[in-house]
Amino acid sequence: MATGTDLAVEVRGLTKRYGDLEALGGIDLEIRRGEIFGLLGPNGAGKTTTVEILEGYRDRDGGTVSVLGYDPATERPEILLRAGIVLQSTGVEPYLSVRETLRMYATFYPSPRPVDELLELVGLADKRDERVNHLSGGQQRRLNMAMALVGDPDLLFLDEPTTGFDPSARHEAWAVVKDLASLGATVVLTTHYMDEVQFLADRVAVIVKGHIVAEGPPSALGLDHAVRTRIRYRPPAGVDVPDRFRGEAAADGFVVIEDDEPVRRLHELTGWALEAGVDLDDLEVSRPSLEEVYLQLTDGAPATPTPGSAPEAGA
Amino acid sequence: MRTLRLAASQVRWVNTSFWRNPSRAFFTFAFPLMFLVIFCALLGNGTVDLGPVTVNQSTYYVAAMATFGVISACYTNLAISTSFQRESGQLKQIDGTALPSASFLVGRIVHAMAMGALLVVITAAFGRIAYQAQVPSGITLVEVLVMMVVGSAAFCALGLALSAAIPNADAAPAIVNASILPLLFISGIFIPFGTDTPQWIKWVADVFPVRHFALGMQAGFIGTPFHWSDVAVVAAWGLLGLLLAVRFFSWEPRR
Repeated sequence: MATGTDLAVEVRGLTKRYGDLEALGGIDLEIRRGEIFGLLGPNGAGKTTTVEILEGYRDRDGGTVSVLGYDPATERPEILLRAGIVLQSTGVEPYLSVRETLRMYATFYPSPRPVDELLELVGLADKRDERVNHLSGGQQRRLNMAMALVGDPDLLFLDEPTTGFDPSARHEAWAVVKDLASLGATVVLTTHYMDEVQFLADRVAVIVKGHIVAEGPPSALGLDHAVRTRIRYRPPAGVDVPDRFRGEAAADGFVVIEDDEPVRRLHELTGWALEAGVDLDDLEVSRPSLEEVYLQLTDGAPATPTPGSAPEAGA
Repeated sequence: MRTLRLAASQVRWVNTSFWRNPSRAFFTFAFPLMFLVIFCALLGNGTVDLGPVTVNQSTYYVAAMATFGVISACYTNLAISTSFQRESGQLKQIDGTALPSASFLVGRIVHAMAMGALLVVITAAFGRIAYQAQVPSGITLVEVLVMMVVGSAAFCALGLALSAAIPNADAAPAIVNASILPLLFISGIFIPFGTDTPQWIKWVADVFPVRHFALGMQAGFIGTPFHWSDVAVVAAWGLLGLLLAVRFFSWEPRR
Protein backbone atom coordinates (compact mmCIF):
# COMPACT_ATOMS: atom_id res chain seq x y z
CA MET A 1 0.00 0.00 0.00
CA ALA A 2 1.31 3.42 -0.92
CA THR A 3 1.98 5.93 1.83
CA GLY A 4 0.03 9.19 2.14
CA THR A 5 2.61 11.41 0.50
CA ASP A 6 2.82 9.23 -2.61
CA LEU A 7 -0.87 9.65 -3.18
CA ALA A 8 -2.38 12.40 -5.28
CA VAL A 9 -5.90 11.26 -4.39
CA GLU A 10 -7.08 9.20 -1.47
CA VAL A 11 -10.74 8.26 -1.05
CA ARG A 12 -12.23 6.14 1.74
CA GLY A 13 -15.83 4.98 2.00
CA LEU A 14 -17.19 7.68 -0.29
CA THR A 15 -20.99 7.70 -0.45
CA LYS A 16 -23.43 9.91 -2.31
CA ARG A 17 -27.20 9.74 -2.74
CA TYR A 18 -29.47 11.69 -5.06
CA GLY A 19 -32.81 11.38 -3.29
CA ASP A 20 -33.69 7.70 -3.30
CA LEU A 21 -30.94 6.85 -5.74
CA GLU A 22 -27.67 5.59 -4.32
CA ALA A 23 -25.09 7.07 -6.70
CA LEU A 24 -22.00 5.92 -4.79
CA GLY A 25 -22.15 3.08 -2.31
CA GLY A 26 -18.83 3.41 -0.47
CA ILE A 27 -15.90 3.89 -2.80
CA ASP A 28 -12.19 3.55 -1.96
CA LEU A 29 -9.55 4.91 -4.32
CA GLU A 30 -5.81 5.43 -4.13
CA ILE A 31 -4.30 7.35 -7.00
CA ARG A 32 -0.51 7.65 -6.95
CA ARG A 33 1.37 10.74 -7.96
CA GLY A 34 2.49 10.67 -11.58
CA GLU A 35 0.25 7.87 -12.76
CA ILE A 36 -2.56 7.87 -15.27
CA PHE A 37 -5.54 6.47 -13.43
CA GLY A 38 -8.59 5.33 -15.33
CA LEU A 39 -12.09 5.19 -13.86
CA LEU A 40 -13.92 2.86 -16.19
CA GLY A 41 -17.60 2.10 -16.22
CA PRO A 42 -20.82 2.20 -18.17
CA ASN A 43 -22.93 5.37 -18.35
CA GLY A 44 -24.62 6.15 -15.06
CA ALA A 45 -22.18 4.07 -13.01
CA GLY A 46 -21.04 7.02 -10.88
CA LYS A 47 -17.86 8.09 -12.70
CA THR A 48 -18.79 11.73 -13.06
CA THR A 49 -20.26 11.91 -9.57
CA THR A 50 -16.96 10.60 -8.21
CA VAL A 51 -14.71 13.04 -10.07
CA GLU A 52 -17.05 15.97 -9.42
CA ILE A 53 -16.76 15.25 -5.69
CA LEU A 54 -12.96 15.17 -6.07
CA GLU A 55 -13.14 18.48 -7.98
CA GLY A 56 -15.33 20.03 -5.28
CA TYR A 57 -18.37 20.56 -7.53
CA ARG A 58 -20.50 18.20 -5.42
CA ASP A 59 -20.72 17.58 -1.69
CA ARG A 60 -20.31 14.04 -0.49
CA ASP A 61 -22.67 12.33 1.93
CA GLY A 62 -20.05 10.22 3.67
CA GLY A 63 -16.44 9.08 3.67
CA THR A 64 -13.14 10.93 3.52
CA VAL A 65 -11.54 12.51 0.47
CA SER A 66 -8.07 13.96 0.08
CA VAL A 67 -6.97 15.56 -3.18
CA LEU A 68 -3.31 16.69 -3.23
CA GLY A 69 -3.58 16.71 0.56
CA TYR A 70 -6.66 18.95 0.66
CA ASP A 71 -10.32 18.24 1.37
CA PRO A 72 -12.36 19.39 -1.65
CA ALA A 73 -15.36 20.14 0.57
CA THR A 74 -13.51 22.74 2.65
CA GLU A 75 -10.25 23.57 0.84
CA ARG A 76 -11.41 23.74 -2.76
CA PRO A 77 -9.48 26.92 -3.72
CA GLU A 78 -6.20 25.20 -2.79
CA ILE A 79 -7.06 22.30 -5.07
CA LEU A 80 -8.16 24.54 -7.94
CA LEU A 81 -4.78 26.31 -7.87
CA ARG A 82 -3.03 22.98 -8.42
CA ALA A 83 -5.46 20.92 -10.51
CA GLY A 84 -6.77 21.26 -14.04
CA ILE A 85 -10.28 20.13 -14.91
CA VAL A 86 -11.68 19.04 -18.25
CA LEU A 87 -15.42 18.67 -17.74
CA GLN A 88 -17.56 16.22 -19.67
CA SER A 89 -19.47 19.04 -21.32
CA THR A 90 -18.59 22.66 -20.95
CA GLY A 91 -18.93 26.14 -22.39
CA VAL A 92 -16.29 28.70 -23.20
CA GLU A 93 -16.72 32.43 -23.78
CA PRO A 94 -17.41 32.38 -27.53
CA TYR A 95 -16.13 35.79 -28.60
CA LEU A 96 -12.51 35.51 -27.51
CA SER A 97 -9.83 33.91 -29.67
CA VAL A 98 -8.11 30.68 -28.72
CA ARG A 99 -4.98 32.55 -27.69
CA GLU A 100 -6.90 35.20 -25.73
CA THR A 101 -8.82 32.52 -23.87
CA LEU A 102 -5.59 30.87 -22.76
CA ARG A 103 -4.00 34.22 -21.91
CA MET A 104 -7.00 34.99 -19.72
CA TYR A 105 -6.80 31.60 -18.02
CA ALA A 106 -3.07 32.14 -17.48
CA THR A 107 -3.87 35.17 -15.29
CA PHE A 108 -5.65 32.87 -12.80
CA TYR A 109 -2.51 30.96 -11.84
CA PRO A 110 0.73 31.89 -10.03
CA SER A 111 3.11 30.24 -12.52
CA PRO A 112 1.32 29.54 -15.79
CA ARG A 113 2.69 27.56 -18.66
CA PRO A 114 3.66 29.62 -21.75
CA VAL A 115 0.58 29.92 -23.95
CA ASP A 116 2.35 29.34 -27.27
CA GLU A 117 3.96 26.17 -25.98
CA LEU A 118 0.52 24.92 -24.90
CA LEU A 119 -0.95 25.67 -28.30
CA GLU A 120 1.73 23.47 -29.85
CA LEU A 121 1.13 20.73 -27.30
CA VAL A 122 -2.59 20.42 -28.04
CA GLY A 123 -2.18 21.05 -31.74
CA LEU A 124 -4.01 24.38 -31.96
CA ALA A 125 -1.07 26.55 -32.99
CA ASP A 126 -2.55 27.28 -36.41
CA LYS A 127 -5.91 28.16 -34.81
CA ARG A 128 -4.52 30.61 -32.27
CA ASP A 129 -6.35 33.64 -33.65
CA GLU A 130 -9.58 31.82 -34.39
CA ARG A 131 -12.62 32.79 -32.32
CA VAL A 132 -13.63 30.01 -29.96
CA ASN A 133 -17.11 29.80 -31.52
CA HIS A 134 -15.54 29.00 -34.89
CA LEU A 135 -13.74 25.88 -33.67
CA SER A 136 -14.89 22.36 -34.47
CA GLY A 137 -15.98 20.06 -31.66
CA GLY A 138 -12.64 18.27 -31.54
CA GLN A 139 -10.74 21.57 -31.54
CA GLN A 140 -12.90 22.89 -28.69
CA ARG A 141 -12.08 19.76 -26.72
CA ARG A 142 -8.38 20.32 -27.27
CA LEU A 143 -8.85 23.93 -26.18
CA ASN A 144 -10.53 22.59 -23.01
CA MET A 145 -7.41 20.52 -22.39
CA ALA A 146 -5.14 23.50 -22.93
CA MET A 147 -7.31 25.54 -20.52
CA ALA A 148 -6.95 22.82 -17.90
CA LEU A 149 -3.17 22.75 -18.39
CA VAL A 150 -2.38 26.43 -18.44
CA GLY A 151 -1.86 26.59 -14.67
CA ASP A 152 0.80 23.86 -14.90
CA PRO A 153 -1.28 21.53 -12.71
CA ASP A 154 0.02 18.66 -10.58
CA LEU A 155 -3.24 16.85 -11.19
CA LEU A 156 -5.43 16.73 -14.25
CA PHE A 157 -9.04 15.53 -14.30
CA LEU A 158 -10.37 14.36 -17.65
CA ASP A 159 -14.05 13.44 -17.63
CA GLU A 160 -14.77 11.41 -20.77
CA PRO A 161 -12.27 13.36 -22.82
CA THR A 162 -12.88 11.60 -26.14
CA THR A 163 -16.60 10.84 -26.09
CA GLY A 164 -18.01 11.81 -29.46
CA PHE A 165 -14.62 11.86 -31.18
CA ASP A 166 -13.93 10.10 -34.45
CA PRO A 167 -11.13 7.50 -34.28
CA SER A 168 -8.36 9.76 -35.56
CA ALA A 169 -9.30 12.55 -33.15
CA ARG A 170 -9.29 10.03 -30.30
CA HIS A 171 -5.80 8.90 -31.13
CA GLU A 172 -4.62 12.50 -31.30
CA ALA A 173 -6.18 13.19 -27.90
CA TRP A 174 -4.55 10.10 -26.45
CA ALA A 175 -1.17 11.26 -27.69
CA VAL A 176 -1.75 14.59 -25.95
CA VAL A 177 -2.63 12.88 -22.66
CA LYS A 178 0.48 10.67 -22.90
CA ASP A 179 2.57 13.80 -23.46
CA LEU A 180 1.07 15.42 -20.40
CA ALA A 181 1.70 12.46 -18.22
CA SER A 182 5.32 12.45 -19.37
CA LEU A 183 5.57 15.98 -17.93
CA GLY A 184 4.93 14.46 -14.50
CA ALA A 185 1.30 15.33 -13.83
CA THR A 186 -1.10 12.85 -12.29
CA VAL A 187 -4.02 12.18 -14.61
CA VAL A 188 -7.45 10.99 -13.49
CA LEU A 189 -9.48 9.90 -16.45
CA THR A 190 -13.05 8.66 -16.67
CA THR A 191 -14.22 6.79 -19.71
CA HIS A 192 -16.49 4.05 -20.88
CA TYR A 193 -14.02 3.03 -23.59
CA MET A 194 -12.06 -0.05 -22.69
CA ASP A 195 -9.39 0.60 -25.30
CA GLU A 196 -8.89 4.09 -23.89
CA VAL A 197 -7.84 2.83 -20.46
CA GLN A 198 -5.83 0.04 -22.04
CA PHE A 199 -3.87 2.51 -24.10
CA LEU A 200 -3.54 5.26 -21.49
CA ALA A 201 -3.96 4.09 -17.94
CA ASP A 202 -1.34 2.72 -15.57
CA ARG A 203 -4.08 1.57 -13.25
CA VAL A 204 -7.83 1.21 -13.60
CA ALA A 205 -10.80 0.99 -11.30
CA VAL A 206 -13.96 -0.43 -12.81
CA ILE A 207 -17.10 1.15 -11.37
CA VAL A 208 -20.55 -0.32 -11.82
CA LYS A 209 -23.69 0.99 -10.09
CA GLY A 210 -21.71 3.07 -7.61
CA HIS A 211 -19.36 0.30 -6.53
CA ILE A 212 -15.79 -0.49 -7.52
CA VAL A 213 -15.91 -4.03 -8.88
CA ALA A 214 -12.32 -4.43 -10.03
CA GLU A 215 -9.08 -2.49 -9.64
CA GLY A 216 -5.51 -2.84 -10.86
CA PRO A 217 -3.32 -2.44 -13.93
CA PRO A 218 -5.33 -2.93 -17.14
CA SER A 219 -3.35 -6.08 -17.93
CA ALA A 220 -4.22 -7.65 -14.57
CA LEU A 221 -7.94 -6.98 -14.87
CA GLY A 222 -8.58 -9.35 -17.68
CA LEU A 223 -9.42 -6.46 -19.93
CA ASP A 224 -7.32 -8.15 -22.60
CA HIS A 225 -9.28 -11.29 -22.13
CA ALA A 226 -12.55 -9.43 -22.08
CA VAL A 227 -11.88 -7.69 -25.34
CA ARG A 228 -10.56 -10.72 -27.20
CA THR A 229 -11.25 -10.54 -30.86
CA ARG A 230 -13.88 -12.84 -32.20
CA ILE A 231 -13.80 -14.66 -35.53
CA ARG A 232 -17.11 -15.97 -36.81
CA TYR A 233 -17.95 -18.05 -39.85
CA ARG A 234 -20.51 -20.58 -41.00
CA PRO A 235 -18.87 -23.95 -41.64
CA PRO A 236 -19.80 -25.48 -44.97
CA ALA A 237 -21.92 -28.60 -44.76
CA GLY A 238 -20.15 -31.93 -45.09
CA VAL A 239 -16.64 -30.56 -44.52
CA ASP A 240 -14.50 -31.85 -41.71
CA VAL A 241 -13.23 -28.73 -39.93
CA PRO A 242 -9.93 -29.22 -38.10
CA ASP A 243 -10.23 -29.08 -34.31
CA ARG A 244 -8.29 -25.84 -33.91
CA PHE A 245 -10.87 -23.98 -36.02
CA ARG A 246 -13.97 -25.48 -34.40
CA GLY A 247 -14.28 -22.96 -31.59
CA GLU A 248 -17.74 -22.80 -30.13
CA ALA A 249 -20.90 -23.41 -32.04
CA ALA A 250 -23.41 -20.60 -31.78
CA ALA A 251 -27.15 -21.11 -31.99
CA ASP A 252 -27.37 -19.44 -35.38
CA GLY A 253 -25.11 -22.04 -36.99
CA PHE A 254 -22.01 -19.90 -36.75
CA VAL A 255 -18.73 -21.04 -35.32
CA VAL A 256 -17.13 -18.55 -32.94
CA ILE A 257 -13.41 -18.48 -32.19
CA GLU A 258 -12.04 -16.07 -29.56
CA ASP A 259 -8.37 -15.29 -29.74
CA ASP A 260 -5.70 -12.93 -28.44
CA GLU A 261 -3.83 -13.25 -31.72
CA PRO A 262 -6.59 -12.91 -34.30
CA VAL A 263 -4.23 -12.15 -37.19
CA ARG A 264 -2.37 -15.44 -36.91
CA ARG A 265 -5.53 -17.47 -36.34
CA LEU A 266 -7.30 -15.82 -39.24
CA HIS A 267 -4.32 -16.44 -41.49
CA GLU A 268 -4.29 -20.11 -40.55
CA LEU A 269 -8.04 -20.42 -40.98
CA THR A 270 -8.16 -18.82 -44.41
CA GLY A 271 -5.00 -20.70 -45.44
CA TRP A 272 -6.65 -23.97 -44.58
CA ALA A 273 -9.86 -22.97 -46.35
CA LEU A 274 -8.02 -22.06 -49.55
CA GLU A 275 -5.98 -25.23 -49.50
CA ALA A 276 -9.01 -27.41 -48.85
CA GLY A 277 -11.05 -25.53 -51.43
CA VAL A 278 -13.63 -24.67 -48.78
CA ASP A 279 -15.83 -21.57 -48.83
CA LEU A 280 -16.15 -19.86 -45.45
CA ASP A 281 -19.62 -18.33 -45.59
CA ASP A 282 -20.16 -14.98 -43.85
CA LEU A 283 -16.68 -14.81 -42.38
CA GLU A 284 -16.42 -11.87 -39.97
CA VAL A 285 -14.01 -10.51 -37.40
CA SER A 286 -15.39 -8.45 -34.52
CA ARG A 287 -14.83 -7.25 -31.01
CA PRO A 288 -17.33 -7.75 -28.21
CA SER A 289 -19.70 -4.92 -27.35
CA LEU A 290 -19.17 -2.85 -24.26
CA GLU A 291 -22.14 -4.43 -22.53
CA GLU A 292 -20.76 -7.92 -23.06
CA VAL A 293 -17.41 -6.86 -21.68
CA TYR A 294 -18.85 -5.33 -18.52
CA LEU A 295 -20.94 -8.43 -17.98
CA GLN A 296 -17.74 -10.50 -18.10
CA LEU A 297 -15.84 -8.13 -15.81
CA THR A 298 -18.58 -7.94 -13.23
CA ASP A 299 -19.01 -11.70 -13.15
CA GLY A 300 -17.85 -12.90 -9.77
CA ALA A 301 -17.75 -9.37 -8.39
CA PRO A 302 -19.44 -8.79 -5.03
CA ALA A 303 -23.15 -8.40 -5.56
CA THR A 304 -24.23 -4.78 -5.41
CA PRO A 305 -26.87 -4.16 -2.78
CA THR A 306 -30.17 -3.04 -4.18
CA PRO A 307 -31.30 0.35 -2.88
CA GLY A 308 -33.07 0.06 0.44
CA SER A 309 -32.04 -3.53 1.12
CA ALA A 310 -29.25 -2.61 3.51
CA PRO A 311 -29.46 -0.02 6.31
CA GLU A 312 -26.14 1.57 5.30
CA ALA A 313 -27.34 4.84 3.84
CA GLY A 314 -25.37 7.84 5.03
CA ALA A 315 -22.73 5.65 6.67
CA MET B 1 -5.55 41.96 -3.44
CA ARG B 2 -5.26 39.08 -5.91
CA THR B 3 -9.06 39.00 -6.07
CA LEU B 4 -9.19 42.71 -6.96
CA ARG B 5 -6.39 42.45 -9.50
CA LEU B 6 -8.14 39.54 -11.19
CA ALA B 7 -11.47 41.39 -11.08
CA ALA B 8 -9.83 44.30 -12.91
CA SER B 9 -8.42 42.01 -15.57
CA GLN B 10 -11.84 40.33 -15.90
CA VAL B 11 -13.36 43.74 -16.70
CA ARG B 12 -10.97 44.02 -19.65
CA TRP B 13 -11.78 40.55 -20.97
CA VAL B 14 -15.53 41.07 -20.57
CA ASN B 15 -15.19 44.33 -22.45
CA THR B 16 -13.23 42.72 -25.30
CA SER B 17 -15.86 40.07 -25.78
CA PHE B 18 -18.77 42.53 -25.30
CA TRP B 19 -17.80 44.60 -28.32
CA ARG B 20 -17.22 41.50 -30.45
CA ASN B 21 -20.91 40.70 -30.31
CA PRO B 22 -21.99 43.65 -32.45
CA SER B 23 -25.72 43.06 -32.32
CA ARG B 24 -25.71 42.86 -28.55
CA ALA B 25 -23.55 45.95 -28.18
CA PHE B 26 -25.58 47.85 -30.76
CA PHE B 27 -28.96 47.16 -29.23
CA THR B 28 -27.78 47.79 -25.68
CA PHE B 29 -26.91 51.31 -26.82
CA ALA B 30 -29.51 51.83 -29.53
CA PHE B 31 -32.53 50.92 -27.44
CA PRO B 32 -32.59 53.89 -25.05
CA LEU B 33 -31.65 56.32 -27.83
CA MET B 34 -34.34 54.91 -30.08
CA PHE B 35 -36.94 55.36 -27.34
CA LEU B 36 -35.68 58.87 -26.72
CA VAL B 37 -36.17 59.78 -30.38
CA ILE B 38 -39.63 58.18 -30.49
CA PHE B 39 -40.88 59.80 -27.31
CA CYS B 40 -39.51 63.20 -28.25
CA ALA B 41 -41.00 62.93 -31.74
CA LEU B 42 -44.39 62.02 -30.31
CA LEU B 43 -44.46 64.36 -27.33
CA GLY B 44 -41.36 66.55 -27.54
CA ASN B 45 -43.11 69.91 -27.71
CA GLY B 46 -45.21 69.48 -24.60
CA THR B 47 -44.22 70.15 -21.03
CA VAL B 48 -44.16 68.06 -17.90
CA ASP B 49 -45.26 69.48 -14.57
CA LEU B 50 -42.94 68.12 -11.91
CA GLY B 51 -44.33 70.19 -9.04
CA PRO B 52 -41.57 72.66 -8.29
CA VAL B 53 -40.52 72.90 -11.96
CA THR B 54 -42.08 72.49 -15.34
CA VAL B 55 -39.80 71.15 -18.06
CA ASN B 56 -39.92 70.28 -21.74
CA GLN B 57 -40.91 66.73 -22.57
CA SER B 58 -37.53 66.28 -24.28
CA THR B 59 -35.61 67.26 -21.15
CA TYR B 60 -37.80 64.93 -19.12
CA TYR B 61 -37.17 62.05 -21.48
CA VAL B 62 -33.40 62.55 -21.61
CA ALA B 63 -33.33 61.96 -17.84
CA ALA B 64 -35.83 59.11 -18.09
CA MET B 65 -33.99 57.34 -20.90
CA ALA B 66 -30.66 57.73 -19.10
CA THR B 67 -32.36 55.97 -16.18
CA PHE B 68 -33.73 53.31 -18.52
CA GLY B 69 -30.28 52.86 -20.09
CA VAL B 70 -28.65 52.12 -16.74
CA ILE B 71 -31.38 49.65 -15.84
CA SER B 72 -31.11 47.78 -19.13
CA ALA B 73 -27.28 47.73 -19.11
CA CYS B 74 -27.16 46.52 -15.52
CA TYR B 75 -30.31 44.63 -14.61
CA THR B 76 -31.61 43.32 -17.94
CA ASN B 77 -28.30 42.54 -19.62
CA LEU B 78 -26.64 40.99 -16.60
CA ALA B 79 -29.63 38.80 -15.74
CA ILE B 80 -30.01 37.52 -19.30
CA SER B 81 -26.31 37.03 -20.07
CA THR B 82 -25.72 35.29 -16.74
CA SER B 83 -28.59 32.90 -17.44
CA PHE B 84 -27.16 32.20 -20.86
CA GLN B 85 -23.65 31.62 -19.52
CA ARG B 86 -25.03 29.29 -16.88
CA GLU B 87 -26.98 27.24 -19.40
CA SER B 88 -24.08 26.99 -21.85
CA GLY B 89 -21.77 25.68 -19.13
CA GLN B 90 -19.51 28.74 -19.06
CA LEU B 91 -20.20 29.38 -15.37
CA LYS B 92 -19.44 25.80 -14.35
CA GLN B 93 -16.29 25.89 -16.45
CA ILE B 94 -15.01 29.07 -14.76
CA ASP B 95 -16.05 27.73 -11.35
CA GLY B 96 -13.54 24.91 -11.85
CA THR B 97 -10.57 27.25 -12.26
CA ALA B 98 -8.45 29.17 -9.77
CA LEU B 99 -10.28 32.41 -10.63
CA PRO B 100 -12.02 33.52 -7.41
CA SER B 101 -15.81 33.66 -7.80
CA ALA B 102 -15.80 37.21 -6.50
CA SER B 103 -13.36 38.32 -9.21
CA PHE B 104 -15.55 36.84 -11.91
CA LEU B 105 -18.74 38.45 -10.59
CA VAL B 106 -17.23 41.81 -9.68
CA GLY B 107 -15.64 41.96 -13.13
CA ARG B 108 -19.04 41.54 -14.75
CA ILE B 109 -20.73 43.99 -12.38
CA VAL B 110 -18.12 46.69 -12.91
CA HIS B 111 -18.32 46.26 -16.67
CA ALA B 112 -22.11 46.54 -16.65
CA MET B 113 -21.87 49.68 -14.48
CA ALA B 114 -19.38 51.17 -16.91
CA MET B 115 -21.70 50.43 -19.84
CA GLY B 116 -24.55 52.04 -17.90
CA ALA B 117 -22.42 55.13 -17.29
CA LEU B 118 -21.43 55.30 -20.95
CA LEU B 119 -25.11 55.10 -21.89
CA VAL B 120 -25.92 58.01 -19.57
CA VAL B 121 -23.17 60.09 -21.17
CA ILE B 122 -24.31 59.21 -24.70
CA THR B 123 -27.96 59.88 -23.89
CA ALA B 124 -27.12 63.22 -22.28
CA ALA B 125 -24.91 64.26 -25.18
CA PHE B 126 -27.51 63.19 -27.73
CA GLY B 127 -30.26 64.99 -25.81
CA ARG B 128 -28.13 68.11 -25.55
CA ILE B 129 -27.35 68.18 -29.26
CA ALA B 130 -30.66 67.02 -30.68
CA TYR B 131 -33.11 68.52 -28.18
CA GLN B 132 -31.14 71.22 -26.34
CA ALA B 133 -31.99 69.31 -23.18
CA GLN B 134 -30.40 70.26 -19.86
CA VAL B 135 -27.43 68.18 -18.80
CA PRO B 136 -26.14 68.06 -15.24
CA SER B 137 -23.34 70.32 -14.04
CA GLY B 138 -21.97 71.50 -10.71
CA ILE B 139 -23.67 70.11 -7.60
CA THR B 140 -26.37 68.35 -9.61
CA LEU B 141 -23.62 66.49 -11.46
CA VAL B 142 -22.38 65.16 -8.13
CA GLU B 143 -25.90 64.11 -7.22
CA VAL B 144 -26.45 62.35 -10.50
CA LEU B 145 -23.11 60.55 -10.11
CA VAL B 146 -23.98 59.33 -6.63
CA MET B 147 -27.37 58.10 -7.79
CA MET B 148 -25.86 56.51 -10.86
CA VAL B 149 -23.21 54.55 -8.98
CA VAL B 150 -25.59 53.39 -6.25
CA GLY B 151 -28.35 52.64 -8.74
CA SER B 152 -26.25 50.76 -11.27
CA ALA B 153 -24.63 48.66 -8.54
CA ALA B 154 -28.04 47.91 -7.03
CA PHE B 155 -29.57 46.90 -10.36
CA CYS B 156 -26.58 44.66 -11.08
CA ALA B 157 -27.11 42.89 -7.76
CA LEU B 158 -30.83 42.56 -8.46
CA GLY B 159 -30.08 41.21 -11.95
CA LEU B 160 -27.76 38.55 -10.55
CA ALA B 161 -30.33 37.66 -7.90
CA LEU B 162 -33.04 37.33 -10.52
CA SER B 163 -30.82 35.14 -12.70
CA ALA B 164 -30.76 32.63 -9.85
CA ALA B 165 -34.54 32.30 -10.21
CA ILE B 166 -34.47 31.83 -13.99
CA PRO B 167 -34.84 28.11 -14.80
CA ASN B 168 -33.27 28.17 -18.27
CA ALA B 169 -31.85 30.57 -20.84
CA ASP B 170 -34.91 30.35 -23.12
CA ALA B 171 -37.06 31.75 -20.33
CA ALA B 172 -34.60 34.50 -19.41
CA PRO B 173 -35.75 37.37 -21.67
CA ALA B 174 -39.42 36.76 -20.86
CA ILE B 175 -38.85 36.61 -17.10
CA VAL B 176 -36.52 39.60 -17.05
CA ASN B 177 -38.88 41.74 -19.10
CA ALA B 178 -41.92 40.64 -17.09
CA SER B 179 -40.13 41.72 -13.92
CA ILE B 180 -38.94 45.12 -15.14
CA LEU B 181 -41.34 46.43 -17.82
CA PRO B 182 -44.34 46.90 -15.52
CA LEU B 183 -42.11 48.76 -13.06
CA LEU B 184 -40.77 51.00 -15.82
CA PHE B 185 -44.35 51.85 -16.81
CA ILE B 186 -45.64 52.56 -13.31
CA SER B 187 -42.51 54.52 -12.34
CA GLY B 188 -42.90 57.32 -14.87
CA ILE B 189 -40.05 56.21 -17.13
CA PHE B 190 -42.10 55.99 -20.32
CA ILE B 191 -45.17 57.96 -19.24
CA PRO B 192 -44.68 60.90 -16.84
CA PHE B 193 -46.93 61.02 -13.81
CA GLY B 194 -49.70 63.56 -14.23
CA THR B 195 -52.27 65.07 -11.92
CA ASP B 196 -54.68 62.24 -12.75
CA THR B 197 -52.22 59.39 -12.03
CA PRO B 198 -54.00 57.00 -9.63
CA GLN B 199 -52.70 57.10 -6.10
CA TRP B 200 -52.26 53.31 -5.94
CA ILE B 201 -49.82 53.40 -8.84
CA LYS B 202 -47.69 55.87 -6.93
CA TRP B 203 -47.86 53.73 -3.79
CA VAL B 204 -46.79 50.61 -5.65
CA ALA B 205 -44.06 52.48 -7.49
CA ASP B 206 -42.77 53.89 -4.18
CA VAL B 207 -42.14 50.39 -2.87
CA PHE B 208 -39.82 49.42 -5.72
CA PRO B 209 -36.43 50.88 -6.63
CA VAL B 210 -37.13 52.08 -10.20
CA ARG B 211 -39.13 55.15 -9.20
CA HIS B 212 -36.58 56.24 -6.60
CA PHE B 213 -33.71 55.73 -9.00
CA ALA B 214 -35.57 57.76 -11.65
CA LEU B 215 -36.23 60.60 -9.18
CA GLY B 216 -32.56 60.75 -8.22
CA MET B 217 -31.44 60.86 -11.86
CA GLN B 218 -34.13 63.46 -12.59
CA ALA B 219 -32.87 65.64 -9.78
CA GLY B 220 -29.42 65.57 -11.34
CA PHE B 221 -30.61 66.30 -14.85
CA ILE B 222 -33.50 68.65 -14.23
CA GLY B 223 -32.86 70.24 -10.86
CA THR B 224 -35.85 68.83 -8.99
CA PRO B 225 -35.15 68.33 -5.27
CA PHE B 226 -32.63 65.58 -4.57
CA HIS B 227 -33.63 63.31 -1.69
CA TRP B 228 -31.12 61.07 -0.01
CA SER B 229 -34.06 58.88 0.92
CA ASP B 230 -34.31 57.91 -2.75
CA VAL B 231 -30.67 56.83 -2.69
CA ALA B 232 -31.30 54.91 0.52
CA VAL B 233 -34.27 53.00 -0.90
CA VAL B 234 -32.31 52.03 -4.02
CA ALA B 235 -29.33 51.01 -1.88
CA ALA B 236 -31.57 48.90 0.35
CA TRP B 237 -32.93 47.07 -2.70
CA GLY B 238 -29.37 46.58 -3.92
CA LEU B 239 -28.41 45.09 -0.58
CA LEU B 240 -31.39 42.76 -0.71
CA GLY B 241 -30.38 41.74 -4.23
CA LEU B 242 -26.83 41.12 -3.06
CA LEU B 243 -28.00 38.90 -0.18
CA LEU B 244 -30.32 36.92 -2.45
CA ALA B 245 -27.60 36.57 -5.10
CA VAL B 246 -25.04 35.36 -2.58
CA ARG B 247 -27.54 32.92 -1.11
CA PHE B 248 -29.08 31.52 -4.30
CA PHE B 249 -26.55 32.10 -7.10
CA SER B 250 -25.79 28.90 -8.97
CA TRP B 251 -22.87 28.11 -11.27
CA GLU B 252 -24.56 25.12 -12.83
CA PRO B 253 -27.70 24.76 -14.93
CA ARG B 254 -30.77 23.41 -13.19
CA ARG B 255 -31.33 19.75 -13.88
